[in-house]
Amino acid sequence: MSVLLLADHDKGELSPATARLVAAASQLGPVDLLVVAENPDNIAAAAAQIAGVRIVQVVKAAETAESITNSLESLAQRYQSVSASASSVGKDVIPRLAAKLDIQPVTDVVEILGPNRFTRPIYAGNALETLTDPQPKHLLTFRASAFRPAASGNAAPVENLDLSVNSAARFLAAHRTESDTPDLATAQIVIGGGVSVGSAEGFQLIEKLGKTLGAAVGATRAAVDAGYAPNDWQIGQTGKIIAPDLYIAIGISGALQHLAGIQGAKKIFAINTDAEAPLVKIADVALIGDLFEIVPQLIAELEKHGLKR
Amino acid sequence: MKILVAVKRVVDHNVRIRVRPDGTGVETTGVRMSMNPFCKHAVEAAVQLAEKGQASEVVIVSIGPKQSNDVILTALAMGAHRGILVETDAALETLTIAKLLAKVTEEEQPDLILLGKQAVDDDSNHVGQMLAALTNRPQATFASEILVKGSELEVTREVDYGRETVAVPLPAVVTADLRLNTPRNAALPMVMKARSKPLAVRPATEFGIDLAPRLVVEKISPPAERVAGKTVGSVADLAAAIAAEVNEMEAL
Ligand SMILES: Cc1cc2nc3c(=O)[nH]c(=O)nc-3n(C[C@H](O)[C@H](O)[C@H](O)COP(=O)(O)OP(=O)(O)OC[C@H]3O[C@@H](n4cnc5c(N)ncnc54)[C@H](O)[C@@H]3O)c2cc1C
Ligand SMILES: Cc1cc2nc3c(=O)[nH]c(=O)nc-3n(C[C@H](O)[C@H](O)[C@H](O)COP(=O)(O)OP(=O)(O)OC[C@H]3O[C@@H](n4cnc5c(N)ncnc54)[C@H](O)[C@@H]3O)c2cc1C
Repeated sequence: MSVLLLADHDKGELSPATARLVAAASQLGPVDLLVVAENPDNIAAAAAQIAGVRIVQVVKAAETAESITNSLESLAQRYQSVSASASSVGKDVIPRLAAKLDIQPVTDVVEILGPNRFTRPIYAGNALETLTDPQPKHLLTFRASAFRPAASGNAAPVENLDLSVNSAARFLAAHRTESDTPDLATAQIVIGGGVSVGSAEGFQLIEKLGKTLGAAVGATRAAVDAGYAPNDWQIGQTGKIIAPDLYIAIGISGALQHLAGIQGAKKIFAINTDAEAPLVKIADVALIGDLFEIVPQLIAELEKHGLKR
Repeated sequence: MKILVAVKRVVDHNVRIRVRPDGTGVETTGVRMSMNPFCKHAVEAAVQLAEKGQASEVVIVSIGPKQSNDVILTALAMGAHRGILVETDAALETLTIAKLLAKVTEEEQPDLILLGKQAVDDDSNHVGQMLAALTNRPQATFASEILVKGSELEVTREVDYGRETVAVPLPAVVTADLRLNTPRNAALPMVMKARSKPLAVRPATEFGIDLAPRLVVEKISPPAERVAGKTVGSVADLAAAIAAEVNEMEAL
């Protein structure tokens, strides 16, 4: 009943989501990790520390969909489940692998109800689908934010695999957003800004509030499309799915597609001029007013509370 | 270059859907349907390549009931050349859809296949990647820019860390993200003209693919409702509420 899990990583570092994925996969059986990266050594060393990992297998290769899929495929035979994060990498490779293995995948799993029973959201999270997968092999992606992270302190063996994987697609360039805010998908507090923040400078104010609370910063599609915030900040159906303890939505109306990304938030606070905005309606705490007046005062108030995180 | 674009008819993205009380699914009778937004971006990209002289023919394919004709007509009105409806009333799984599209690909031999990155009803985000595997083509998913460079495409993709650019040799599969372009609204004369463009209807059963689902859907349920909260009167109150939350949080 063992599970092969693709490790999630970025910039040569294991991403914090991986410990959550291990916790999810462990519910199905012993977990073996696979790291596919150009420079895998640091990633593999960090992965070996996650509790519950049996072995870390490493393929040194380019990080394209084809090379990752081919690496997973060469190991897939030995496992009953092959899984990854519902991240941009997992979404890219698991369906490709599934078609090669002639298996219908189950993706965006938010709850594991049994060895082959899962729950996944559909219609932008406005409905939940409970399904059974009777196939001999399961191909899965997990929403990391829906699971609590596994502990650390393990020292699993690391094995380098000598696989030659090829890829017709070639990686040309990465365009990154330089930012020192925490990872949006796994942050405990997230501040979101809408199009009414008005400019990239306006978003610096949102970021400043984020810093005060040690929070990650996100945005609506409207704010990203307007060029006020980078695309990897987008929260929602087509952006990141977040599940923080606290989400503070600033000048966000609460369109269905945005709400899709925040349903996992434990508490939602809203700042909006419109008391009738859908987001205000679902918020646990709302303050009605102009964000440009409120946010600077809020930063000052919070500094008074001395919240150092 | 010949382009095949796969489009799906879905519940319109502005409709607030309702889960049927008996748990069998989402109420779709009497609900406004339209082309999946991501598919619209895929059609727009194909039509723009044709207008630039980089594509010679744009063929639209949709799999679904007779009414899926509507979304094919929308795509033809946007400027595509002909359509294929693979007709079925059955709810098909993504792997089955990809297998049917692979058959159409075999017949049509397109250089480029464009799809939406996901459909807004089932939110699967599978079909393009599966079709790429089944047709043994490279893939560039979640595209926000597509440039033709000789016999290759340079595609910029929206990924979790920002954006990345990849080169994919043709023939290839590309899936469209929302920032790829701004889809046009077809003018009335184009809508009229679309009706005279060729549209072939083929029963899904004629492709020799097993259409039976693999997964067993037990139930569709509504998400937990959020309980209504309170409005605070001042910034100080808001700050206090935030501080209370933060103090309660478990340190990770
Ligand atoms: C297929 C599809 C997918 C989509 N995916 C996503 C997605 O992933 N994520 C996403 O976010 N959106 C997504 N959208 C877009 C979504 O439908 C909305 O358009 C978007 O979320 C609106 O963003 P907004 O709240 O910033 O803007 P608006 O809806 O314009 O809301 C602005 C809000 O700011 C308030 N306001 C104005 N001025 C002030 C002020 N001075 N102080 C305080 N409040 C103020 C207003 O009262 C209003 O509530 C998608 C749309 C489609 C069709
Ligand atoms: C038991 C069962 C119950 C189901 N219940 C429902 C239900 O309640 N409501 C419902 O709408 N569906 C239902 N389905 C259908 C099924 O879940 C999806 O329609 C199918 O899996 C496609 O998923 P997707 O659209 O999310 O694919 P995605 O992978 O998200 O789609 C990506 C892209 O692939 C292309 N594509 C996808 N489908 C088609 C198509 N039909 N024709 C042409 N191109 C396409 C488009 O370019 C699209 O943008 C059910 C299926 C089964 C087996």
